[in-house]
Amino acid sequence: MGVLQAAWLIARKDLTVELRSRELIYTAVFFALSCLLVFAFAFVGERTVVENAPAGILWVTTIFAASLALGRTFERERQADTLRALLLAPIERPSIYLGKLLSLLILLFGIQVVVVPLVGLLFGAPIFRAPLLLGGLLLLGTVGFAAVGTLFAAMLQRASSRDVLLPVVLYPVTLPAILGGMQGTLWVLAAEPNYELARTWLAMLVFFDAVFLTLALWTFAPVTSE
Amino acid sequence: MTRPHQGASDCDFDVVAAVEVSRHYGRRRALAGVTGQWTAGTITGLFGPNGAGKSTLLGVLSTLLRPSGGTVRYGDRDARAWGDILRSRIGVLGHDLFLYPELTARENLIFFGRLYGMAPADLERSVETALKRAGLAARADDRVGSFSRGMRQRLAAERALLHGPRLVLFDEPFTGLDDASVERMIARLRELREQGAIVLAATHDLEIAEQFVDGGLCLQGGRIVTIPPGPEPLRARYRRAVEEAA
Repeated sequence: MGVLQAAWLIARKDLTVELRSRELIYTAVFFALSCLLVFAFAFVGERTVVENAPAGILWVTTIFAASLALGRTFERERQADTLRALLLAPIERPSIYLGKLLSLLILLFGIQVVVVPLVGLLFGAPIFRAPLLLGGLLLLGTVGFAAVGTLFAAMLQRASSRDVLLPVVLYPVTLPAILGGMQGTLWVLAAEPNYELARTWLAMLVFFDAVFLTLALWTFAPVTSE
Repeated sequence: MTRPHQGASDCDFDVVAAVEVSRHYGRRRALAGVTGQWTAGTITGLFGPNGAGKSTLLGVLSTLLRPSGGTVRYGDRDARAWGDILRSRIGVLGHDLFLYPELTARENLIFFGRLYGMAPADLERSVETALKRAGLAARADDRVGSFSRGMRQRLAAERALLHGPRLVLFDEPFTGLDDASVERMIARLRELREQGAIVLAATHDLEIAEQFVDGGLCLQGGRIVTIPPGPEPLRARYRRAVEEAA
């Protein structure tokens, strides 16, 4: 079986499990909504928004919601030791990583479909000014964060303090992706937009994603071997 | 002969041999120089007290754990030489049952069958047969989370056998089973033997094991302990062997 075929099987299974339990969707969406409301009360006063706040708010909300989802991605596979069952299947190990990453990304993009319009609505951010560029920044930034996060979640799935360790190791490594996405978004949503700078950050995200996806695919098999 | 599913037929073997296999977890030694050979059409009981290394040996034979020393050969090649395809000829029932509680019995079987590369027509037939064998045909579309431990155990065993493995590794296959299910499991293991599978079953239920095993391998402290032959029940001989080795 091909890597992509096996990855799709695993992703589809994860999404079916999620649709049945709705555990991650509810947790992450409610968390994101709470975040946005807190920021709305903090940063919006007398119908004016603190300058450049929407880009930061968008990314902080996305990243924290993603962290919640990440923790559960492999935790579910621990419940009946099903990760071992996946490792015992005659498929290439990177397909497990790709499947997990794909299902996580679909979930995160679902959260962004809710969060981005709300950022536009609550903070008056011009989200339709350069939709393709904004979409590209969100896509690449989220892929970068999730690519590293999925690998680290897999690495830590046997560690007893994985819930504490995951954010400790994840945020420093994914800082370039978070900053790249946030800076690019900032220049798209700014009062005086600079698309050239936004595209530069987009290019940086392409580089980050390529490097970390390659590293993750290369190291997933060794880190999941016992 | 066991019937491998389409695509896995490039890999087959009649014998599995472990030579001086050891496995360490940090400084703790789980297996020390274990040597054994298991041939097609036999059922070997794997006995020993808790922490003796039974699950570790099954983990090594399943390719999930890499031995710290020694080699395991599947036919004329080791796991590295076979590659990923070797795992299509191994079926494992673990302590934990490798089932997704949110999926139905049928969905679990279909998911794993597809992962093992089974052809759709072959898979559909095998899933129906597996559900019947597990006594779960009427509950096929119920979520596994609603099943009792015994029902999950029966389903997990069929999940492990769905793809027609040559090497069958069962860890405590009788956990949670009622008397009728134990009988059915014994019959299933005997059937596997007749089909030419190499079966290793780790169990503490020696009275049950005595009914179907062809031979036994006893571990203590990661080392093989010989159970002496004799007219006494297996339990008595096992106890004596373990006490003498302690």
